[in-house]
Amino acid sequence: MLKKFSQHSGVVIPIDRAHVDTDALLPKQYLACIKKTGYGYWLFDDERYLEYGDVETDCTKRKINPDFILNQKQYANASIMISRENFGCGSSREHAVWALRDYGVRVVIAPSFASIFFDNCLKNNLLCIVIEDAQTDKMIKYYQQDAGSEMSVNLIDQFIELSDGSKIEFDIEKSHKEKLIHGLDDIGITLQHQDKIKNYEAQSRSLYPWLFDSFTSNK
Amino acid sequence: MSGKTLYDKIWDRHFIGEVEDYALIYIDRHLIHEITSPQAMEGLEIAGRSPWRPDSVFAVPDHNISTRNRHLGVSSLTDPQSVIQVKTLEENCNKHNIFQLTLTDHRQGIVHVVGPEQGVSLPGMTLVCGDSHTGTHGALACMSLGIGTSEVEHVLATQCLKQKKFKNMKIEVNGDLAKGVTAKDLILYVIGKTGTAAGTGYAIEFCGSTIRNLSIEGRMTVCNMAIEAGARVGMVAFDEKTEAYVEGRPFAPKGEMWEKAIQSWRQLFSDEDAEFDKSYAFNAEDIKPQVSWGTSPAMTLSIDDSIPYADENYKGISATEIGKMLDYMGLRPGQSIKSIKLDKIFIGSCTNGRIEDLRLAASQLINKKIACNIKQAIVVPGSGLVKAQAEQEGLNKIFIDAGFEWRDPGCSMCVAINNDRLSPEERCASTSNRNFEGRQGLRGRTHLVSPAMAAAAAVAGHFVDFTQ
Repeated sequence: MLKKFSQHSGVVIPIDRAHVDTDALLPKQYLACIKKTGYGYWLFDDERYLEYGDVETDCTKRKINPDFILNQKQYANASIMISRENFGCGSSREHAVWALRDYGVRVVIAPSFASIFFDNCLKNNLLCIVIEDAQTDKMIKYYQQDAGSEMSVNLIDQFIELSDGSKIEFDIEKSHKEKLIHGLDDIGITLQHQDKIKNYEAQSRSLYPWLFDSFTSNK
Repeated sequence: MSGKTLYDKIWDRHFIGEVEDYALIYIDRHLIHEITSPQAMEGLEIAGRSPWRPDSVFAVPDHNISTRNRHLGVSSLTDPQSVIQVKTLEENCNKHNIFQLTLTDHRQGIVHVVGPEQGVSLPGMTLVCGDSHTGTHGALACMSLGIGTSEVEHVLATQCLKQKKFKNMKIEVNGDLAKGVTAKDLILYVIGKTGTAAGTGYAIEFCGSTIRNLSIEGRMTVCNMAIEAGARVGMVAFDEKTEAYVEGRPFAPKGEMWEKAIQSWRQLFSDEDAEFDKSYAFNAEDIKPQVSWGTSPAMTLSIDDSIPYADENYKGISATEIGKMLDYMGLRPGQSIKSIKLDKIFIGSCTNGRIEDLRLAASQLINKKIACNIKQAIVVPGSGLVKAQAEQEGLNKIFIDAGFEWRDPGCSMCVAINNDRLSPEERCASTSNRNFEGRQGLRGRTHLVSPAMAAAAAVAGHFVDFTQ
């Protein structure tokens, strides 16, 4: 069962650049894992540590990069990330989302998201909020100045509230909202429609039979 | 009522119904590999589910495998994590009766090269894979898209994908490409113009005379990089080239079934009066050999250009960001592309690892040697069959004589999960698809180019206009 999401407050970490890619969120050497958890230590690995690491490295012993925002103490325990255009572009690796989730990020705010990344977040009950450019820009500056301050995200009523009390509304697809609020399992929902799937399959098999040849029969 | 686009037609054929405000789309083909499938398989197991239609799934290890000593099979893998991944894939396939090309199978290779090559990917299909470059298969007029691991699990369990329909985008390129200018230059040029997010939320259809004149391999190179323009789906209409390419492939329909299939496939084009939500048009004559210089695939210039002086915004990226990119890349504004000296050369990947790519690269290397400043130059064929074909044509000999290493098929230095990678500050001319920071190795510097440019640059030691 996925974590349910209705309201969340937490420290906001601004990543002040556009096109944050999934290689930056989680470098490739960690794709060598077959597990689904434990990626939090490796979030932004290239920028976060001064020494190279891989799955075998004990991250608690690695030299950290004090200049990188994740290592600044005001932003410790941040759970809301705010960044710029085209967040999550690049590879389809869901590992990047697992890294955010395992680090403790529950919400990412940006003017736009890459499509696969956006879907991957939804599957892991991580809320992506799209807020237009000018507003995001203001918020990034706000949380750079007021480092360590919080934000509160209300999914039910679809608004975020900054630490100065100002509120910004956001849009979200109804089904995304429902899924997040109830922590619904997509596969379970789809399987409720298995009769429809089977009907389609039977019809397709008669119209396009070549799509149903098995590899072994053709080998 | 207006007509339908190619994407609309394939979408409609696979539409099962609405679930909430989503569409359920039936998936005909699911390609899996060792990196993004183990967690999905484990998820199924935990939930007590099993694959809906194992015979729709095709598996091949490619991402995290060694490109040396393939004949040793799993013993060729020097990284214990890699052994676990490859073995897990094999176990999952055996358990669920999924067809797999194992490491030592002569047909093994990069999933996006092997799929079309084997006739596993077919026109009109819906095809998914847990890899963002899955758009490649759209060159065969199918709807193929990259998905995350949770979606891999969803497709395994239900044979469906929950999708919002994308909007339609047309990218039309007309005219003749100059000699030496390839599909890779075309797509780099296009992304340089549109930016890396223009295609987000769209399915892109590439069309126009230039696209029609490309080989299927060239169209795959173009569709492969649709994701670098933000689009999960890239596609090209079915034509006589597609038909000729697919006919006779091992898993393509045969005989009566073939006749039936091509009747259906011949409808796979956008209607004359179909409407696109967004359109771009380019002239092939404007395209010169391309070289990327930044850390985004949109940061691409022609061979005779110089690194820009970014004052305010350059292609939507702030001057500060451009400054950071140049720092990272070790370049300075005003520097000519031709003056950029290289350390390593990588020819391969799902973008440019097909036979045509190797021929283009080899054509620059006949009776030549790589420059002395090149520390390493490697060729990684896209599949075992590409490798065998190249060897039959004697291309391997040309590469080896020039000083290249002739490797075994896999993703290699494109994703750099295995040990083929750049060291910090090493500069590489690469035929791959991404030049993000650290993509080919921590602090490595990637320049995206065509296979011919990579080979010509290997000989010169720096970028060069080999078309002159």
